[in-house]
Amino acid sequence: MSLFGKLTWSAIPFHEPIALITSLVVLLALGAIAGWITVKHHWPYLWHEYVTSTDHKRIGIMYIVLGLVMLVRGFADAIMMRAHQFLAVGPHQGYLNPEHYDQIFSAHGVIMIFFVAMPLVIGMMNFVVPLQLGVRDVAFPTLNNVSFWLTASGALLVNMSLFLGEFARTGWLAFPPLSEKLFSPGVGVDYYLVSLQISGVGTVLTAVNFVTTILKIRAPGMSYLRMPVFCWTSLASNLLILAAFPVLTATLAMLMLDRYLGFHFFTNDGGGNSMLYMNLIWVWGHPEVYILILPAFGIYSEVVSTFSGKPLFGYRSMVFATLAICILSFTVWLHHFFTMGAGADVNAIFGIASMLIGIPTGVKIYNWLFTMYGGRVRFNVPMYYTIGFMLTFVLGGLTGVLLAIPPVDFIVHNSLFLVAHFHNVIIPGVVFAILAGYTYWFPKAFGFTLDERLGKAVFWCWFIGFNLAFMPSYLLGFWGGTRRMQHIADPSWKPWLGVELVGAFFIAAAIALMVWQLFYSIKTKDQRLDTTGDPWDGRTLEWLTLSPPPHYNFAVLPDVHGEEAYWHRKQLAIERDELIPEPNYQPIEMPLNTPTGVIVAFFASVCGFAIIWYIWWLAIVGLIGAFAIMVWYAWRDEHEHIIPVEEVRKNARERRRIRQENLQTLSQSV
Amino acid sequence: MSSHEAPAIGFTHLGSEDTGLGHRGPQSKSIVVPYGFWLFILSDMVLFSALFATYASLVRATDGGPVTNQLFDRTNVAVETMALLISSFVCGLAMIAAKRKNMVWTQVWLTTTGLLGLVFLTIEIREFVGMINIGAGPQRSAFLSAFFTLVGCHGAHVTAGLMWIGTMMAQIWAKGFQPHITRRLLCLSVFWHALDIIWVAIFTIVYLIGTLP
Repeated sequence: MSLFGKLTWSAIPFHEPIALITSLVVLLALGAIAGWITVKHHWPYLWHEYVTSTDHKRIGIMYIVLGLVMLVRGFADAIMMRAHQFLAVGPHQGYLNPEHYDQIFSAHGVIMIFFVAMPLVIGMMNFVVPLQLGVRDVAFPTLNNVSFWLTASGALLVNMSLFLGEFARTGWLAFPPLSEKLFSPGVGVDYYLVSLQISGVGTVLTAVNFVTTILKIRAPGMSYLRMPVFCWTSLASNLLILAAFPVLTATLAMLMLDRYLGFHFFTNDGGGNSMLYMNLIWVWGHPEVYILILPAFGIYSEVVSTFSGKPLFGYRSMVFATLAICILSFTVWLHHFFTMGAGADVNAIFGIASMLIGIPTGVKIYNWLFTMYGGRVRFNVPMYYTIGFMLTFVLGGLTGVLLAIPPVDFIVHNSLFLVAHFHNVIIPGVVFAILAGYTYWFPKAFGFTLDERLGKAVFWCWFIGFNLAFMPSYLLGFWGGTRRMQHIADPSWKPWLGVELVGAFFIAAAIALMVWQLFYSIKTKDQRLDTTGDPWDGRTLEWLTLSPPPHYNFAVLPDVHGEEAYWHRKQLAIERDELIPEPNYQPIEMPLNTPTGVIVAFFASVCGFAIIWYIWWLAIVGLIGAFAIMVWYAWRDEHEHIIPVEEVRKNARERRRIRQENLQTLSQSV
Repeated sequence: MSSHEAPAIGFTHLGSEDTGLGHRGPQSKSIVVPYGFWLFILSDMVLFSALFATYASLVRATDGGPVTNQLFDRTNVAVETMALLISSFVCGLAMIAAKRKNMVWTQVWLTTTGLLGLVFLTIEIREFVGMINIGAGPQRSAFLSAFFTLVGCHGAHVTAGLMWIGTMMAQIWAKGFQPHITRRLLCLSVFWHALDIIWVAIFTIVYLIGTLP
């Protein structure tokens, strides 16, 4: 074995012009950004305020930036597939060979779930949950930073496969025996396994952090049934992570043992059982769906209540429905492979369990509708997404119930109908929620709102684009179209594939407009400054503090009396035309910045890279490095710095002055 | 919460008033840290449960190779188990010594804990090597893959625990019984006891049932 294991010059894709050019463009863009930061001397700012920050708001923003950047990558894969499908019909062969096409659909799925949806959802939770709970940070701020950088490390490795070696050609869940060494001897599956293991550790640590935070770190008086629904759905989502992700870790570890050490868990020979992998991966995989969708439901709940100017209808039933979904999500994994042949009884049980999930989800839909009913609904951008979601998600849910009927599933299993179904729940469900949350909380993060007109254009492009890009797939699926086809034989499908391609172009326009919206909004931010900290007439505690909030969020932890902690406080102040009496300020202890996270992630990336390429000495170096940095961190003497009472008082009085001045406008904005 | 206890993150020095609702605001670090660590332990238990499920479904997939009661030796496992259980008892003694801030006895008991852990590991490794030598390695059959992974994963945890014990001993020696170090020690002991729980399950499901005639 050579010094660099399997790594040779042939790993660079000189023979794949598309991959090579993309790599060069990406490297050039990264170089340009790094150069720009250097020229502008932004490195110290980035290092102190973001990279090493233990502030949950900054970490949340980093997660969201990571997710949005990876969204562009994942979408590039998507539009390449749609373009290829349109071109590769009948006698034509398209422009992607099967090997490359298989890598693209695998990378698309992996990236969109693990490195777009997960960072975006976790980013939202990071930014919002401590603010909504009325506290100053999460339970373990340094761990939070480590979690982020481990996620970023996984994303880095996945992207590295673009210009060093290859990615998996196995689909996004790498089913054996295809993903075994015998059938996938290259580094593609190893890239997949290692990057998911590293980011998976980050995700589990996030869950530990957030469950502890929500259960143990809340403002005085914030009892469980006074928590905003987004906190409840975040709790449910993190409980699911805690219970589901270790199964993923174990399953992928077993596949790694098969591949690296010749074990026989899922192989065809030696008594291995590939259906065992199916069961294990979906025991993680189905709760994963709810890990993503529950926080999304939380975002819609916040938005619909704020913009209807009403408390959320059926708050308690919402909490109950969330927890019901949380539990039911562990009882339905087998519906992903009814065709395994477990028998009619088993399939019937799992089919019925799957349909049951429709009940709490239906409760939620009605709650949102009844919240709007009788309210004074303001049609801002987040509300557009919420209504767009309700219209389209119901259809995705219904096709889900259809798929839960085993005999139907036998017909449409692994068809384009299924592809249409899960995009129909994930795009309007998760992506629209993220976009709504992004628009809704953007002013809290940066102190000014995003441009409304462009925001609505973005919404319409997403909405139209999604419908065009996926609705025809329901039909194609009924006509027998299976997923992951590199060539389409039936020329009569071409018009439908054309419609889908047009849909993809609309989504491309949406993403381009989002970038433009961001630049335009920054350029013209003076017209849309959020001076009060409460631009939407909000009801939860994040709107109590200024925008952007100080590092410590609240000068004094708010005392919570009843549901909708902030709304009642605000109404009382407006009524009396006076804020609550000035409290007695105290010095505040806040955690120090630390480079631990980024260094641990560096060593994790080195170790992961070495494992992928069989460079064993380097893997050991990476492990020792990661251990050493953790011990170094454990040896530190100072953990917190103290913000002096004068500074707290000065900032708090400034906030009170602004609030007092704006008390009447706050009420008029309703 | 007592006033000398380290406050949790984002808590003012004097703490917040009780609202009379039973929700006094953020909990102190001495609650939050072990709570978070318990959650981590729970997630680790889920990981083991996946390995147990795998073992249970592959235990008969021997591919014509050796079966459980041709491989396992109850006496060997009994000694191994005693070493691990006694190490947990000693770990408890170390915690009592640490609570009394007794440096010498804390170090002595932690060393003993580590040595007993080492005895456990040595026996386990000897068992593994012996099996591999007679052609019953993890590559032989799906059953043996599952066996080596389940038991080996526990062994890897014990190894990590030994590294942790060593680090903690050095840290207490260098820095004394500071509150955050005592909290870490508490987490370490939770970890060590959790390994016992896992081992009891392995002992029962793998070895006891596996050596039934």
